[in-house]
Amino acid sequence: MKTSERIIPDRLQSPIQRYLKSWETLLLAVAVAIFMANSFASPYFLNAWNLSDATFNFTEKAMIAFAMALLIISGEIDLSVASMIALASTAMGAAVQAGFGTPVLILVGLGTGVICGAFNGILVTRMGLPSIVVTIGTMSLFRGISYIVLGDQAYRGYPSDFTFFGQGYIWWVISFEFVLFLIIAIIYGVILHKTNFGRAIFAIGNNPTGALFSGIRVQRVKFILFLLTGFMSGIAAICLTSRLGSTRPSIAFGWELEIITMVVLGGVNILGGSGSIPGVVIAAFVMGLVTFGLGLLNVPGIVMSIVIGTLLIGVIAMPRIWKMVRSN
Amino acid sequence: MQAITQDKSSQDRTKPVLALDGVTKIFPGVRALSEVSLNLFPGQVMALVGENGAGKSTVVKVLTGIYQPNKGDILLNGKPIHFSTPQSAANAGITAIHQETVLFDELSVAENIFLGHAPRSNFGLIDWPEMERRSIEILAGIGADIDPNVKLRELGIANKHLVAISRALSIDASVVIMDEPTAALSHKEIEELYELVNKLRSQGKAILFISHKFDEIFHIADRYTVFRDGQFISDGLIEDIDRANLVKMMVGRDISQIFPSRDSQLGDEILSVENYTHATEFADISFSLRKGEILGFYGLVGAGRSELMQALFGITKLISGIIRIDGDEVVIGSPADAVSNGIVYVPEDRGKQGAITDLPIFQNITLPSLDRTSKNGFIRLAEEFKLARKYTKRIDLRAASLDTNVENLSGGNQQKIVIAKWLATQPKVIIMDEPTKGIDIGSKAAVHEFMAELADQGLAVIMVSSEIPEILGMSNRVIVMREGRIVSELTDNELKPETLVQYAAGINEKG
Amino acid sequence: MNSSLKHWFNMQQELTRKAKYMLKRLVTSREALLMLIILVLIGLVAIRFPRFITLSNLAGVFNDTSPLILLAIGQMIVILTKCIDLSVAANLALTGMVVAMINVAAPGVPVVVIIIVAVGLGAVMGAFNGLLVWKLDIPPIVVTLGTMTIFRGIVFLISNGKWVNSHEMTQAFKAFPRYELFGLPMMSWTAIIAVIIFFIVMTRTTLGRSFYAVGGNPHAATYAGINVGRSQFWAFTISGALAGLTGYLWVSRYAVAYVNVAGGFELDVVAACVIGGISIAGGIGSVGGALLGALFLGVIKNALPVINVSPFWQLAISGSAIIIAVALNARSNRNHGRIILKSAENTQ
Repeated sequence: MKTSERIIPDRLQSPIQRYLKSWETLLLAVAVAIFMANSFASPYFLNAWNLSDATFNFTEKAMIAFAMALLIISGEIDLSVASMIALASTAMGAAVQAGFGTPVLILVGLGTGVICGAFNGILVTRMGLPSIVVTIGTMSLFRGISYIVLGDQAYRGYPSDFTFFGQGYIWWVISFEFVLFLIIAIIYGVILHKTNFGRAIFAIGNNPTGALFSGIRVQRVKFILFLLTGFMSGIAAICLTSRLGSTRPSIAFGWELEIITMVVLGGVNILGGSGSIPGVVIAAFVMGLVTFGLGLLNVPGIVMSIVIGTLLIGVIAMPRIWKMVRSN
Repeated sequence: MQAITQDKSSQDRTKPVLALDGVTKIFPGVRALSEVSLNLFPGQVMALVGENGAGKSTVVKVLTGIYQPNKGDILLNGKPIHFSTPQSAANAGITAIHQETVLFDELSVAENIFLGHAPRSNFGLIDWPEMERRSIEILAGIGADIDPNVKLRELGIANKHLVAISRALSIDASVVIMDEPTAALSHKEIEELYELVNKLRSQGKAILFISHKFDEIFHIADRYTVFRDGQFISDGLIEDIDRANLVKMMVGRDISQIFPSRDSQLGDEILSVENYTHATEFADISFSLRKGEILGFYGLVGAGRSELMQALFGITKLISGIIRIDGDEVVIGSPADAVSNGIVYVPEDRGKQGAITDLPIFQNITLPSLDRTSKNGFIRLAEEFKLARKYTKRIDLRAASLDTNVENLSGGNQQKIVIAKWLATQPKVIIMDEPTKGIDIGSKAAVHEFMAELADQGLAVIMVSSEIPEILGMSNRVIVMREGRIVSELTDNELKPETLVQYAAGINEKG
Repeated sequence: MNSSLKHWFNMQQELTRKAKYMLKRLVTSREALLMLIILVLIGLVAIRFPRFITLSNLAGVFNDTSPLILLAIGQMIVILTKCIDLSVAANLALTGMVVAMINVAAPGVPVVVIIIVAVGLGAVMGAFNGLLVWKLDIPPIVVTLGTMTIFRGIVFLISNGKWVNSHEMTQAFKAFPRYELFGLPMMSWTAIIAVIIFFIVMTRTTLGRSFYAVGGNPHAATYAGINVGRSQFWAFTISGALAGLTGYLWVSRYAVAYVNVAGGFELDVVAACVIGGISIAGGIGSVGGALLGALFLGVIKNALPVINVSPFWQLAISGSAIIIAVALNARSNRNHGRIILKSAENTQ
């Protein structure tokens, strides 16, 4: 085969052009629209402290959503994240009862998350079980353990320096949680979009067989992703427990579905293979804005979920309906 | 849809029972069929001949209602008919044995045979005992010793194929389509198939027989039709044509396949395999390979060659076996291990195993080599593009840009990308599984030339192929496998087509 | 004479061989194993608390588990076609609330009509899911995650957060599920009839078999003339209809309707299916499995209070059961690679 003289260009369109046509831009437009709508709808909206309060609605969930996004892009899913929060929180509460201080609490919280994540990871990668049913099982198991330990009681008495994580502010209205959320977003953004590991995640999600046949250690990558979701659940548990100041087994109930909604709304394909961290960030803001805005209008939580549910289906359905209408 | 009556006396053997008239089928970016004609006559076997990509499989799918033609007509007994679903084609008396096994592993053999047209009892409910009885009848009729109650996944490949044949026969059809029916069958089973074809022929059915084996075509067919690049080229009676002319029409030029002549300089032994054994796919495989050598692996479809290669590449787990690279025993537990030991694999299934088609070209090429283009795990795009440019030049790739997704390329170019990807890892042993399957003839020649070049540069090449001219034209040595075992190793003057076929099909063996 | 004797003898051999084969398959089948486990569980409890094993108690357990059985049958069909339906509990709650409100607003409406409305409404909701999956090609998990919250939110909207209480419902409305026929309440009979009907549908009708084909090999199903998307649509509609029916039974049996009826129940339903051997990958499963999976969970739920284990253990136990069931499922469904060696055929 002769080495060709033909020059193939690297790219046909610049990255900027690609960004402008993307899901993220659409979502950003939606976010801006909601922001405007909210500021017209309620006089309390454009208040710095209120806005800061609003962020607490989504920061903890978003932290997990980043790890969940990576996992879903790789083709798996983890429905047990909320239960991992419950178990980590219970473990921390038990540690408090045993008299340990904040540093130990942090270790316990993170450690529980990682162990839970490892448990999921082994079942999925080592034993080859489908992640959706495995994590439905661990979802019940982890929270179930919390119920066995706590029953209908609650742990209280967290040390005062522990409350900083969930209730502290770094500067003016900017809370610690918000800063943490931003830092984590940047870290995950770099991991997914700028590293070999992130490249491997996309490859696996697009074609796990092809990735395996290209020498990627598919099972190892997936195991690490499960560890990450566990770890992030641990972080979220620390923040949430610190914010609430107590632990009940029902903590974070139903959060897994909101987190997945955040991820899918952020443009991540539930079947795997594509998605971005910026998208998830914007989706977090969208969900936070909607929840907060509706809250200001005294809309009950359960009606808010109709909006979120409709948003989820609508946002996924729109491009498909558009395509169908166009081809007719 | 009325089934066609089998009244032989009134059957006009000069009028086609099923015909395509000016049929065109277009997919995004590809014109699979351009105004083709095809006529199937009752009681006659029509061979459809053409290279890969000529449109044969598309014809089968149009005739069985899986695809609808964009233009042109399907004529049933002279009248235009429209198959909106596969069910309507079946109701019209058209049945097919497809090339790929489209059966259900979790259902029983009997249910696979009768799915969609199961015998009914009172109240319109499925009659399982009757289904079993009729299955036994049909299976016995083709000489298959299969229990109709076992789940399909418990059968071997050849038996699965027999079930596919039984399914086709379970419909009272007037047209029977067979797409490469003998690819996975042993010699005895092939003979039984010929008998079956004769029986169907005497029953007045029209048979469409697709095969790339000329021996079969000239043995069994009455007529031929040649397609090339989705177009009708010619048709006629088999007795009026010979092989050379048939090939000429298939390929469009007078060509005997030319393979690069090599002055093979064989170096030291680079690979040694001892007693590789798998639970169900192959057993007791031992062979060695030298630098600069092209070792061919021949056998029927389903002989276990790809499975062996995938085990060498670390995809599947063995029960036992030892492998040595450059004299050192190594453990290959995953493809990552294989690659780090210098063994790479260009798979048969390009789309699923070879490339990640939704990713851009340059990412496909750099995927196994990211350690070298990145820094501390962080991607360096400039380095990646550099690597991709270097290797796409080497393999003479044709594409709009390196950022284009692989799915938009032709089969030949996709194959080049898979090869480029592995060359970038600077391997010692390159395994190529059916390297030119489904590729146009121009790219075929290019791939062969390239393989010879690689061997001459000191790489060791293992080539799995089911095409005799390719195996004989390229290999220094040939190993023949049958039913998961090595049956023979051939060199020099043993390398003759007859010898290969004998060993592969087990002709000289009992049973 | 000799040859016909031989022939008879061969036939007998053949029959015994077949009988042995079928017996072996039945005994080692997943369903048989599960039934054994359930019986062992009941037995273990009965050792300490013999009143657990009385007929009336067991009938009570069955009755209690009937809603789960009904929903599990529907979910089984959906999972068979490679889909999942997380909206069943919300569907149940919404239909339950609707028929309860109808009963309050129009007490004269006969129960038969109420049941038809419930089934119809549930079917419409299921069909909505099915349409989004079929026509818009949206992944089922996304669709049903969305409809789950939408349906439940609608319950709040139509009821304004208020409950419908027992004294507001008519006697006839509440009495139906408790009405006893041959010693079993109508709710149990509904479950039994559903099991029988769907057993016949899944084993003896083209529609039923097409669900298996679609989930087992969608590509091949198309070749066999089956429309994959349409089958999935019908699966969701059936699941919705069963959820609607269960919605009426639930609110009438417990004589209350409110927003959080059956909250979180969808996971129990999926758990029942998984424990019953239905594979999440599609194509594998049976009505018997769904029934036994549901009974397993029902026995545990009812046994715990009897043996004085706090109900707080229930969640962890069912979670563990799911994990174990999935592991066992995977083991028996495992593909041992293509069968090429003649020695390996028919022994796998």
